[in-house]
Amino acid sequence: MSYDAHFRVWRGDSEKGELVDYPVEVNEGEVVLDIIHRLQQTEANDLAVRWNCKAGKCGSCSMEINGKPRLACMTRMSTFTETEVITVTPLRTFPVIRDLVTDVSFNYTKAREIPSFAPPPDVKPGDYRMAQVDVERSQEFRKCIECYLCQNVCHVVRDHEENKEAYAGPRYLMRIAELDMHPLDVADRQVAAQEEHGLGMCNITKCCTEVCPEHIKITDNALIPMKERVVDRKYDPLVWLGNKIFKRPGA
Amino acid sequence: MSSTTDASLGRAQIAARTLRTDRWWLPPLLNFTGLAAWVIYATVRAFVQKDYFVAEYNYLTPFYSPCVSNGCVEASAHFGRFLPDVWFLPYASLTLPFLLLFRLTCYYYRKAYYRAFWLSPPACAVAEPHKKYTGETRFPLLGQNLHRYFFYIAALISIINTYDAIKAFIKEDGSFGLGLGNIILLINVIMLWAYTISCHSCRSIIGGRLNHFSKHPMRYKAWGFVSRLNGKHMQLAWTTLATLAITDFYIMAVSAGWFSDLRIVG
Repeated sequence: MSYDAHFRVWRGDSEKGELVDYPVEVNEGEVVLDIIHRLQQTEANDLAVRWNCKAGKCGSCSMEINGKPRLACMTRMSTFTETEVITVTPLRTFPVIRDLVTDVSFNYTKAREIPSFAPPPDVKPGDYRMAQVDVERSQEFRKCIECYLCQNVCHVVRDHEENKEAYAGPRYLMRIAELDMHPLDVADRQVAAQEEHGLGMCNITKCCTEVCPEHIKITDNALIPMKERVVDRKYDPLVWLGNKIFKRPGA
Repeated sequence: MSSTTDASLGRAQIAARTLRTDRWWLPPLLNFTGLAAWVIYATVRAFVQKDYFVAEYNYLTPFYSPCVSNGCVEASAHFGRFLPDVWFLPYASLTLPFLLLFRLTCYYYRKAYYRAFWLSPPACAVAEPHKKYTGETRFPLLGQNLHRYFFYIAALISIINTYDAIKAFIKEDGSFGLGLGNIILLINVIMLWAYTISCHSCRSIIGGRLNHFSKHPMRYKAWGFVSRLNGKHMQLAWTTLATLAITDFYIMAVSAGWFSDLRIVG
């Protein structure tokens, strides 16, 4: 079964751009990325799109489809009606390079700002011993494919460019949470999360969790637990007193 | 305001606030309506100062528990009467502000009202109308970090609600009684406990703050239990709003004589 769909694709660069209408053939079982590729082969040979694995694991084909941040390779055409106009635009939070390709270097900058894994100085590589039960919580965060859909949808930077300097975004606040929960990490990350990486700017409206193609519960399992850890350190004298009395610096 | 149309940033020039084609406005609208309706009902009931106690069956609505005003019916005041009886002081003034703050700072309700009332953002990938955004970094929203204190207080208040529900099994004449009101009170208390325990702060306190679960097997088990409940926190938040309103309405109706309590025993 095939039919002609009505695609509207954003074409342009950092200076100007517009939505361009294309009628395009759709066949059974196809995804949005297949249709974008068909456009490249037929009506729009110079259409720029970033893609790689076509299996939802490389995080390259992030774009906005009918206004929703999604992976084009994981968005089935069968989720749309045959008469529906399908609008495809680049990620709106990052500078556009051309057509559907954006410059996501903001994320690499933020990644570099986070101090790397810091094991105890007396434990040498190769001597790391951890119980599975201690690491499985943060293993959820390792599923991240760095598609940056969460960074793109987060209104803190999407709607307020000026916050980009102070705010690491959900993906990298999750990275801080991952390291802070790590049984062998000894770096102090809680105060830095609040004061240097902008954890307090997150108002937990959960859009990051909604768009995550790996279904990581970013808000409930990383951001809120991290906020609570910051409360432990910065705002809860009862915990502080308990730590002093029972001498438990590293629970 | 959304900066997605600011050419100097190099972003794609798209003027539309959102290109979403689904009914993204429906969830915030439902949340706004639901929360506003509940707040109006609860405010009216908290200040009306009557029809809150069924003396015959010892039913006390949670909106008046503990009843500590001099205006409270003596049998309803399980913890004494010491607050002045004035119109602007609800009879349960000792607890209601803390319960309000517990829910106001709750991680789920924050999401709901930031979206529905403050439109920050109204929905995912829909531009918010505000020019500036500082999140929870400044007063008064910095106060959201006090959630765990309100959790501690809410847990204590849940004990009082439990006491009320148990006491309602003993009728005015001292004999055992069981009616539909008892069942409603009991369900309400169970749901209140489930909501309170499923709180994100509770999850952190009980074990989330640990890095070595293997050294704390009991806390790890408790954390697992709270984590499972925590997954239902949103559902429990709405369920408890419903059970609180239903419990209060039922007791108000029986107390006002609109209908009589359905009795099973006694």
